Amino acid sequence: MSDRKLPAPQPNAETADFWEAAADGILKIKTCGDCSEAHYYPRAICPHCGSDDTRWVETRGEGEIYSVSVMRRGEGAPFAVAYVTLAEGPAILTNIVDCDHDALAIGQPVRVVFKPTEDGAPPIPMFTPRGG
Amino acid sequence: MSLRHAACIAGAFEHPTRLAPDKTTPQLHAECAAGALADAGLSLADVDGYFCATDAPGFGPISMVDYLGLDVRHTDSTEMGGCTYIQHVSHAAQAIAAGKCRVALITLAGRPRSETVMRFRPGAPEQAFEQWVGLTNHTSYGMCAARHMHEYGTTSEQLAWIKVAASHHAQHNEHAMLPKLVTVEDVLESPMIADPLHRLDCCVTTDGGGALVVVAPEIARSLNRPLVALRGAGEATKGPSGGLGLDLTVSAAARSGPAAFAEAGVTPADIKYASIYDSFTITVLIQLEDLGFCAKGKGGKFVADGNLISGTGQLPFNTDGGGLCNNHPMFRGGITKVIEAVRQLRGEAHPAVQVPNCDLAVATGIGGSLGARHGAATVILERLS
Repeated sequence: MSDRKLPAPQPNAETADFWEAAADGILKIKTCGDCSEAHYYPRAICPHCGSDDTRWVETRGEGEIYSVSVMRRGEGAPFAVAYVTLAEGPAILTNIVDCDHDALAIGQPVRVVFKPTEDGAPPIPMFTPRGG
Repeated sequence: MSLRHAACIAGAFEHPTRLAPDKTTPQLHAECAAGALADAGLSLADVDGYFCATDAPGFGPISMVDYLGLDVRHTDSTEMGGCTYIQHVSHAAQAIAAGKCRVALITLAGRPRSETVMRFRPGAPEQAFEQWVGLTNHTSYGMCAARHMHEYGTTSEQLAWIKVAASHHAQHNEHAMLPKLVTVEDVLESPMIADPLHRLDCCVTTDGGGALVVVAPEIARSLNRPLVALRGAGEATKGPSGGLGLDLTVSAAARSGPAAFAEAGVTPADIKYASIYDSFTITVLIQLEDLGFCAKGKGGKFVADGNLISGTGQLPFNTDGGGLCNNHPMFRGGITKVIEAVRQLRGEAHPAVQVPNCDLAVATGIGGSLGARHGAATVILERLS
């Protein structure tokens, strides 16, 4: 991990449950009671069908890299920005950490790892290569 | 209501500066406005519609209308990032067709090299989930390029050809930020910024701006300038949409482009010149596919070997040098895309890059972040006799 400063998330009425789960090391997403589709980032209203019957579900915290780009210049570089496709379906924009930046590849399996921000603020979900 | 021939672009002006430490941003807006109005043969008193985006200083268009000394009956501050000004041409034509104004002035200016500029407003719903990621445009577009390479075998050499073609054009532009001819090797040997994008895959950052004057057709016919009419327009937005079906190899131009071509009643094969938004080389490649100049996944092969170079290639693009070599004022390349298309249609491009008998052109752009949320705007422009 680089020395990038990680801004503390600001939980609100739509997202407080997500950040409480994060503090317990659990990655939650939302699913819809009407259309059954999952989504991330979490909203009160389903972005797929407009229903307000959205429910929190725990994920396994596992997925694979959909795409990745390593920032090589500037403050905190190098660091890896990626979309990870969760096993439950939605893709999540995140960082790949605790890894060899030159060995990252699309399709690589990863698992969630929560990284601390400021004292007392919720940690944030990043991913790290799984197995191997 | 169709926008075909609903309005004409009578004035276009690109500010010659690329570094403006001793001017203000409102001043640059005013200089651009004066330049475009002079080009059209009109004055500030003729303007009855004003368009700017949310980066313009002050409170929407209100501050700039007052600063510029305008007296307008229609304003529009539609925001779509860098491609906004392409969209503004369409919205100006809509306003003119609806009788809301007859002479619309569109201005852009900024000084990102001379002052700190605010690019994003806080409070976006995705902010808490993404602000810590460090998603710059480099990594956003880098992820698009990486995925395109993964799915279609696109190579860095192919992307480099887009920069090489832009540099072939920029060498004839006395105002270009990077007028030097570069080779594929130069691009590949430039420092890696965000994999797989090298420094020379990225556009320039410039102070400056531009302006356009969009007018009712009868006004255009009364002026002593070549007639450049809007023939079709389209716009679209695209985002991760809750994370399902993410596809970074396709942009919102896959909807804005076909919509513009359909309204215009023409096809990509009819286009003589293309202004393609070039924040990065990959931006060009994906839009060329999405507009239908080649099939999805074939963009790498399409742009290789100088196919975008005016005079030798099949599709002359960004003959001013584009954002990659010439100008990308205020991080927004939309207005210069329209301006160079107008030059080409008038026959006023540099002789070394002027497309013969250029009577049909496209200007298309991406605004926002291609790898996250973005918009696209496309206009088909036509030279009328």
